[in-house]
Formats: sequence, structure tokens, C-alpha cells
Amino acid sequence: MSRRVGPRAWLRELLLGTRMALAGGPSGWLRAGLTALGVGLGVALLLFAVSVPHAIASRQERTAARDDVSFDAPPPRSDATILVGTADTWFRGDPVRGRLLQPDGAHPSVPPGLSEIPRPGEMVVSPALARLLASPDGELLRERLDFPIVATIGDEGLAGPTELAFYLGADDLNEASDTVTRRDHFGEPRVGRTLDPVLSLFVVIIVVVLLLPVTLFVAAAIRFGGEARDRRLAGVRLLGADAHMARRIAAGEALGSSLLGLGVGGAIFLGVRSFVDRIELFRLSVFPSDVQPHPVLTLLLVVAVPVASVAVTILSLRRVVIEPFAVTRRAGDGRRRLWWRLILPVVGIGLLVPMLGSLTQSGGEFSVTQVSLGVGLVLVGVAAQLPWAVQAAVRRVRGGPVAWQLAIRRLQLDSSAPARAVMGIAVAVAGAIGLQTLFASIEANYLVLTRADPTRAEVHISLPLEDGWADVQRLDAGAAATPGVLSVHSRVTQSAVIDPGPGPLSEDHPSTLVTVGTCDTLREFAELDSCAEGSVFLVAAAEPNDFPATPAPGNTLGFLDLRTGSAEVAVEWTVPATARAVTGRLAPNGEEVTGVLATPSAMPDEVLATWPSWAVSYVDIEDGDLDAAERLRTVVWDIAPGGYLGLAAAALPTDEFAMVRRGLLIGATVTLVMIGASLLVGVLEQLRERRRVLASLVAFGTRRRTLAWSIVWQTAVPVALGLVLATIAGVTLGAVLLRIVSQPVSVDWSAIALVAGIAALVVLGVTALSLPPLWRLMRADGLRTE
Amino acid sequence: MSTALLVATDLRKSYGPTAALAGASVTVRAGEILAVMGPSGSGKSTLLHCLAGIVPPDSGTITYAGRELTAMSDVDRSALRRSDFGFIFQFGQLIPELTCLENVALPLRLAGVRRREAERRARAWLAQLEVEDVANKLPGTVSGGQGQRVAVARSLVTGPRVVFADEPTGALDSLNGEKVMVLLTQAARDTGAAVVLVTHEPRVAAYADREVVVRDGVVHDRLAQSLERAA
Amino acid sequence: MSVAHTFLGLLESQPRHGYDLKRTYDEAFSPERPLAYGQVYATLARLLKNGLVVVDGVEPGGGPERKRYAITEAGIADVQAWLAQPERPEPYLQSVLYTKVVLALLTGRSAAEILDVQRTEHLRLMRELTRRKTSGDLTDQLICDHALFHLEADLRWLELTADRLDDLRARLATRTDLRPASPHSATRDDPAARAPRRANS
Repeated sequence: MSRRVGPRAWLRELLLGTRMALAGGPSGWLRAGLTALGVGLGVALLLFAVSVPHAIASRQERTAARDDVSFDAPPPRSDATILVGTADTWFRGDPVRGRLLQPDGAHPSVPPGLSEIPRPGEMVVSPALARLLASPDGELLRERLDFPIVATIGDEGLAGPTELAFYLGADDLNEASDTVTRRDHFGEPRVGRTLDPVLSLFVVIIVVVLLLPVTLFVAAAIRFGGEARDRRLAGVRLLGADAHMARRIAAGEALGSSLLGLGVGGAIFLGVRSFVDRIELFRLSVFPSDVQPHPVLTLLLVVAVPVASVAVTILSLRRVVIEPFAVTRRAGDGRRRLWWRLILPVVGIGLLVPMLGSLTQSGGEFSVTQVSLGVGLVLVGVAAQLPWAVQAAVRRVRGGPVAWQLAIRRLQLDSSAPARAVMGIAVAVAGAIGLQTLFASIEANYLVLTRADPTRAEVHISLPLEDGWADVQRLDAGAAATPGVLSVHSRVTQSAVIDPGPGPLSEDHPSTLVTVGTCDTLREFAELDSCAEGSVFLVAAAEPNDFPATPAPGNTLGFLDLRTGSAEVAVEWTVPATARAVTGRLAPNGEEVTGVLATPSAMPDEVLATWPSWAVSYVDIEDGDLDAAERLRTVVWDIAPGGYLGLAAAALPTDEFAMVRRGLLIGATVTLVMIGASLLVGVLEQLRERRRVLASLVAFGTRRRTLAWSIVWQTAVPVALGLVLATIAGVTLGAVLLRIVSQPVSVDWSAIALVAGIAALVVLGVTALSLPPLWRLMRADGLRTE
Repeated sequence: MSTALLVATDLRKSYGPTAALAGASVTVRAGEILAVMGPSGSGKSTLLHCLAGIVPPDSGTITYAGRELTAMSDVDRSALRRSDFGFIFQFGQLIPELTCLENVALPLRLAGVRRREAERRARAWLAQLEVEDVANKLPGTVSGGQGQRVAVARSLVTGPRVVFADEPTGALDSLNGEKVMVLLTQAARDTGAAVVLVTHEPRVAAYADREVVVRDGVVHDRLAQSLERAA
Repeated sequence: MSVAHTFLGLLESQPRHGYDLKRTYDEAFSPERPLAYGQVYATLARLLKNGLVVVDGVEPGGGPERKRYAITEAGIADVQAWLAQPERPEPYLQSVLYTKVVLALLTGRSAAEILDVQRTEHLRLMRELTRRKTSGDLTDQLICDHALFHLEADLRWLELTADRLDDLRARLATRTDLRPASPHSATRDDPAARAPRRANS
């Protein structure tokens, strides 16, 4: 080998290493393949991660292009205008985007994804909705959307491939309805809409929490087969390579494997992307064409993975002395120091602490860099503690059964390899626990805040009124006739000005709310000892406030005509002298209904006629009878497609909480399984390395059980320590994050137990999978070394 | 010499297409030191593994103290190895993460002796083999000769009736090899243990009472042959 | 080294002339010190007298050198006894052992057997030396070690030779004058009489 030094010689050595990574017979391929697969899995995940911005952007572009909500004055009716009615509905927890289309002329503007406006009574649906309607599952929805399907909506008109959406041709849209607008085009310029800050915080943390273990996994994958490589390098040294050349050759090997890994990752990415449209996560789905890696980030990834692989290799060789005949690891990996390891999480927490209390669901801003850096440092900090923790924990351990002694002594001799392997687990678990803690508390809080009482009404309906009180009666009748419905309480609430007097109204003129409902309904809002049609009650707020004020009998109430949008009082009504003051009670939705409560007959028809507003209905259904809810939706839809039916949060069977929890669980499981794979590779490699020792153990009659247990302990001890650290870090992180979003701290121990349980399963799995090769090595042939 | 302790008859063992043993018969008598010689690849290590009950032969019988080894289960054979046999190999036999003392104590602990007692007896054996000073060192930090003496101590600590030594001096220089052989043979004679000594070195074999030669998987035991002829 | 036994061994493989015996002996076993003619005929005369060889025929033209000698059954027994007997272990005995091995191969006997016998003998002596060494003082140890290392070298050579027997047999096969006995050899005068021995070679 030439002694020439210089870029050319270096390049040659790198190439030699690269070739060595890919050559070297079945075991060489296996190792290179494992590394490539590990790196590839990580790279594929990272590629998906860097595709997220484009996926979100494309989705937003498409939803903006079909947007029909405008705050501008509606355009004048023309040949090109079209009436658009909102007809959104839900089906079994999935939103269905619905629009009613009624062209004003012959050349109406057409929403994206449609070639023409469907004729009245005909429907254009998204492919996913078409599938749903055609399936037995969609039976209840079919009753609601019982129209012929004449076409499907093109991809450009859908947020995502699994979106449920339809356009229904109409000819009877009421221009005056709140849910109907006139448009001369579709699409609104994208407003820089800011996400709920708490939600954004979530997203940032999820990204950090998921990507860190992946990165660690990639780093671990690069180190697969390190010991075999060291031996190979010793061979190269024997041929005359010096220590630096050997390092460069090692770097070349790492480069080769990681380049292969990049290729594998790209292939996995392309493969998964092609059927990404069948995957729906968190009600979101994307078209394969949406999944385009961000060019700069991709470039970064393509450069960073090989560079990191070389860096990891060089770092890992730091403690190894490769001599022509022997590979020596610098013995007893030194006593580790704690102080610098603590800097990382402390700085991380330090970055997060100034943000305490700065965010609420409604407002506040945060620096993405600060949060991701803070969270990242805390999590990396956990990883950094592990080698120290493992070393410190096993240092003083003595005694115990033979299996335990073997495992502990092994860890005492070299704690860095197992600690490294477990780092990923610790980071993933710490992140998952932090997120889970944050989410569980917010969710619990949300439930408290709504104060909705599902025992009184599980279903809340908002119905746009086009035909005044008659629509309310229709709803009541329809709901009462629906199987599974126990009670219906419908109300209409309108604001009114107290004693308007002549002349224009000032901004702060005292006003109140008038709620109309049957006696039965009004009892849901106030303690009524007696009530008959024609009764009027006055309810004062528990804590006096400006609005709604409580009028007294004899006050005149002035109503504006909301259909015309005029600021003039359109009709007046005097609070009758018989009106009695009563004590209010919380409505089934947790609302305090104050002001005037009136039965319909106490209110003149001309007053009700000025109210093309919304009715709210509380419906109690049989516990968990979701089909009843779907039937009610159909009732609502038949009266007014713009109506909305919601389920009280506590009654939701597939609530967001469960979804996020499931998502976290899936993420944590996938990460833990990946890490388990790298643990397994480590154990297998170690077994191969130690076949002589194993053989001699077998020779003097060591029981299989003893060896199996020593593997269990050897894996379980670092994992357990990792979990303890992860729990501490995760709970701390969760607590800090909770304080940032101004929530009281509470810990979701069940989630922690769950994650810990999965980690334990991974340990068991790794042990179980390493037993067959162990038995094979223990079978006599294992003694036949070279 | 006294009675036959370990008798192997017509052992055959193949690894894939290669026959490691092709009808090997050998007798080990109680307390004798028997050298098993032969060129490399002749099957002498396989013979040792079979005799020790580590590897079951494909056919043939092995009887140890009246019990048929070849008919015993793996669990029973393992138990027998723990109680009656000791082992010394050329390299890699000391568990690198256990101290020398713990290594010597290991067979006792596997046999169920409590740690304190096991380590006390282990320490006595280390003293007898003149390596008491390395008791608390890791095998990686002691010299080859010391390591091999630790291994001898470990093979004898359970008071075995047979010690199987596979090239015990193979990795040692002459002087250390001599020392290990002197200590091993003395200790074996003191305790009355038989030694099956696999070696290709005549000088090492010269420590034995007699030798057999394995060639092409067949044992050439001149003593047995002459006895056969006499009979 | 026994010239007589070597001659017998050479004659066992095929009948030869006196001159032929000398040439073969010189080339195969003693290139540096050729046999004197006198020694050749003295040896053959002694073998004839002892009934170990017979004159198989005389080439036309006369002269003592034209006599062809063949081995007798007694001669074969003598060769067998000589080959089977181990040499006393001593330095530089390879030439004797080498001759024995070549002759064993030539006569279809088991060369490995010879080596085994010799190893046993060597080891017996080595055991004795080892015993003396372990019980003796430093001088004893040094003396014994010297002898032990030499004996070991011999034995090593023996082992190596045993491993090379196939090579040796193959090389001998290329020399017509030293071709090993084989059932197909046309030079054997009485194949039937030798068949049993060949079977156990």
C-alpha cells in the first residue's frame, strides 16, 4: 500500500472501505444489509418528515382554492354567480363537507374538482364518500344523502384522498339563510391563519419527540457490526495500513453502508408514498403527489446522513486501538462524569422556563426554535445521562445469582454499548410521556371547561331557521319520532335592545337576550314552579354583568331585522307585567341562560318572523346509541342542510384524546420496535463474539436457563434504568410544558405504565429472539470454533 | 492401573460431509493421565467433546462409571459435567467480565454452592496454583500463563473425577506451558482425577501416563490393541 | 543403518541384480556415501548364506554382477521383524527411520504403523525424562529438557512424515526402480504368495 498521503490516497482508502462494506461474503452482506436497512428506515421516516411542509402546503392550497367563505359583500346576481349553501354533516365521527349549489345563470363559476354544476337533486361526491355510500357501513348516511351520484370530485377539489365531500345541485336555496352565500368565484386568498398556539406547540414537540429517536436509531444502525469491522481493520493493518489509514477505511465503510442506506431509504419512501393515499391519520390523509420532500431539507439529509455516519464511526473508534494482530478497547471505559451530562437537560429546561404561563388556547406566541431546542436538549439530556447512570448503577453491585452476576459484570466491563442501544428507548419514552402528560391534562381541562352534562343531553343541534318557529316544531317532531331519542329541548335565542327609544342606537345601549322555548324546555334553564303557554320569566345572571342585562316588566324590547342587516329596530315588544323573576340553572350545554325566557305564544308571530336565526336543541339519546345520532343528523339535514349536530365531548367514543393517545402509542411502539431491532442486533453480535466463552460455559454444564436469564438481565437492566430516567425527564418535561400552556400539572400514570409495559415487551422480545441463536451456539457445534 | 472409568466404543460423528470420528474407541481409567495425540483435524477435539458429553456422537456408546452417557438427556449430561468433569481449553475460556476468583468459583456456583463458600474454595485453589495475587483481576489483565493456571484451578475446583484439557498449553510459551503442566498433573494426581489431555505437542504428552493417537477419526490405542491381541 | 535389511526390502519389491541394488541404494538412501562394491557382494553373500535370498537367474554373458537375486520367505520375515522393531530413540536416527518408511511403502506395508510404534517408543523415553526432570534438580532439568527437545524434534518429523506418506508414495511411484509393490506389478515373480500381506498393508 502506498505511503503517499494526500487527498488522492485518502479517496482511495475511503473507496477501499466502501468496497469492504459491500464485499465480504454473506456475513458482510448481512451486516451491510442490516445497516442499510436500519439507516434506510430512519431515512425514509426523515424523508416523510421533511415532506410534511409540502403536504400541508398543498392541502392548504387546495382547500383555499375551493374556499367559499368571504367577509366581503356578496357580488350582485349575474350570469356567473351561484348560490352556495353549507351542508356540512358528520357521519360516525367523520366530518362530511357538503355544499348545495344553485347557479343563478347559465355560466356559473364552478368549484375546483368539478367539471360542471350538478343538476338539482344530483350529487357529485368524493371517491371516499362514494365508497362509503356504497358500503353497508354507509346505510344511515345513505338515508341522508339519498341522491343520484353523477360524478366524482377530482383530486384538485379535495383536501385529501380520504376526505368525505359532496356537492349537491339545488333549486330552492334561501338567499336569506345564514348558511347560503352568493359567489362569483371559488377560492379565497390564503389568510395567514395562525394555528391554535397550544396545537402548534404540540406539533413542534411531536416532531422533535419522533425524530430524535429516529436519528439515534440511524446512528445506532451505522454502528451495527462494529466489532467485526474492527477485526477486519486489524487485517488491513497487518497488510501495512497505518492507524490513520485504518480509520479512513472505516470511514469509507460507514460511508458505503450509509449511502446504501440512503438508497434503501429512498426506495422505502417511494414505495410507501405510492400507497400513502390509503393511510389516514388523525382524520388527515394526503395524496402521494403531496408528499414531496422539502428540497433544502432533503439535501441536508442526503449530506447529513453520510457525514454523520463517518462522524459516528470516527468517534466510536476513538476508544479502540487497532493493531495488526489485535483490537484493543481502551479498558474499563473510564469513570464517567455527571456534571457535563447534566448541562444539557438543565439548559433545555432553562430555555423552556421563561415561557411558563405564556400560552393559552386562545393566544400567546412562542419561538419554535426555543421550544424545539429546549425539548430537544431535555430529551438528548436523557440520552446523555444513560451511560453514566448505567455505570453508576452497576458499579457497586455484588453477588446475586450466577445469571445476574454474569449480566452485571458484563455491564460493569462495558456499559457504553448497551447504554447506547437503550438511549433511543429512553428518548422516545421520555418524549411520549411528556406529550401524554401535556395532552391528558389539557383534555381533562377541556372537559371541565365545557361543563356540558351528557346525562341531560348527549346531542347538541344547531339548526339554521329559514321558516322561523315552524322549523323548530319540525325539528321537535322529527326528533321525537326518531328511535333512541329520549327527550328534545329546542330553543331560539335572540338579542334585543332594552327601551330603544327614537333615534339611532349607541354602541353601548343596554341590551338583553330573549330565549324562546316550550315550558318543558325553559325548565332546563331556570327553576320554574309553574309555567303555562304565554308565560314570561326574567333570569338575572349569578354574577351581574353588562350583557345580557335583565329587563324589568314594562320595559320595551326592540329587535333588529337580521335578514336585512339594518341597524334600525324592526319590531318592538313589551315585557308583560306578568313576567316573573326566577332563578336560573345551567343549560345542558353548561351555558348560563339569562335575560328573558318566553314561551312561543307569549311572543307575537311578527317578532318570531324577524328571526331567521339559529335554534339550539338539546337531545337526550339512549347512552351510546350513535345510530340515533346519525338518524337525528338526517332529520336535521332534511330540515336545513346547514344544520350542525354535535355530541357532548364526554360522550364521544372516538374522541381526539383517544386518537392522540393511539397515535402516540403507535409512534412509541414503532420506535421501540426499531430500537428493539438494534438491541437485538447488538445481542446477536455479542453472542457471535462470545461463542468461545459460551462454549466453555456449556462445557462445564451451565444450564440454558442461566444463560437466558443473563441475557434478560443484561438487556433489562439498562432498559429499566432508561425507563426510570425517561419517566423523570418525561414527567418534568410534561410539567414544564403544562405550565407553559397555563394548565395545572397532573401526571398520566396509566400512560407511563403503558409505555413502560411496551418497553418491557421489547426487552422480552429481544431476549426471545436471541434465544434460538443462543441455543444454536450452545449446541455442540458451537464449540467447533475455527 | 485401576479400573476403566470412561469407555467409548466405536464412536462416529460427522459434521456435514466430513467424518470427524469414524469408529473411535478409547478407555480412560480412573486417575490416569491420558494424552490424546494426532494431527490437526484428526478428530481429537471432537473425541474429547464426545467423551465429555458435550457433543452427542452420531453412533457408538460412551459409558462413564457404569452409566451410559450416550443415553442421557442433555440436562443430565450438563449436570454430570457440573459435578464430575472439569474443563481446560486453549483460549477464551475465562469469562472476561468476571474476576479470576469469580471465574474459579463459577462451576461451584453453577452446582448450587453459595457464593461465599464457593469463593473461599476458589481462593484455596488459586493459592495452590500459585496465582492467588490475580484473584480480583479481570482475565483480560493477567498474563497467559496466569490465566491458564486460573483455568486449571477452575477445572479442579469442583473435585472432578475427570478433567478434560484441550491443548491447555497451546497458547503459552515453553516455560509457562511446562509450569501449567506440572501444576495440572500434580493437582490431578493429588486429587485422583483422571485427565484427558488433547495435545499435539509430544513434550506435553510426555506428562501423561500413556497416549493414544487419533488419525482420520480412528483411535490408535496400542495398549488396547495389545490387550485385544492378548485376549 | 542396516544395509542387509535395506537390500532385503529392495528385493522384496522386485528381484534385482547386484549392481542394480547398489545403484538404487545409493540414489535413494545414501547419495553422499555410495556403497563399495565389496560391501555389496559381501552383504549379498551373507544373505545367500543365511537363506534370506536366492539367485533368481543369471543373465547371459556371465560375471558375478549379472546374477539376479530374489528374496525368500525367510527374508521377508526378517524384513518384517526389522521394520516392526522400533529404533532406539536417539538423535539423527531419521535416516534409519526414513529408510524404514520408504521400504514399508515399497513393500506395501503400513508406514503409519512404523511411525506409531516409533512414537510410542519416543514417548516412553520422553515420559521417563519428564519424570526425572520434575523430580530432579536444575541440572537434571536442563539435561532432560535438551534430550526432550531433540526427541520432540524427531517426533515432529515423524508426525510430518506420517502426514506426508501419501506424497511420498506418489513420488516413489514415479521411479521405476523404486515402484511400490502393487498387485498389478508385472515385476512380481510370485504375486499369489504375497497377496495376504498386501491385503493388510
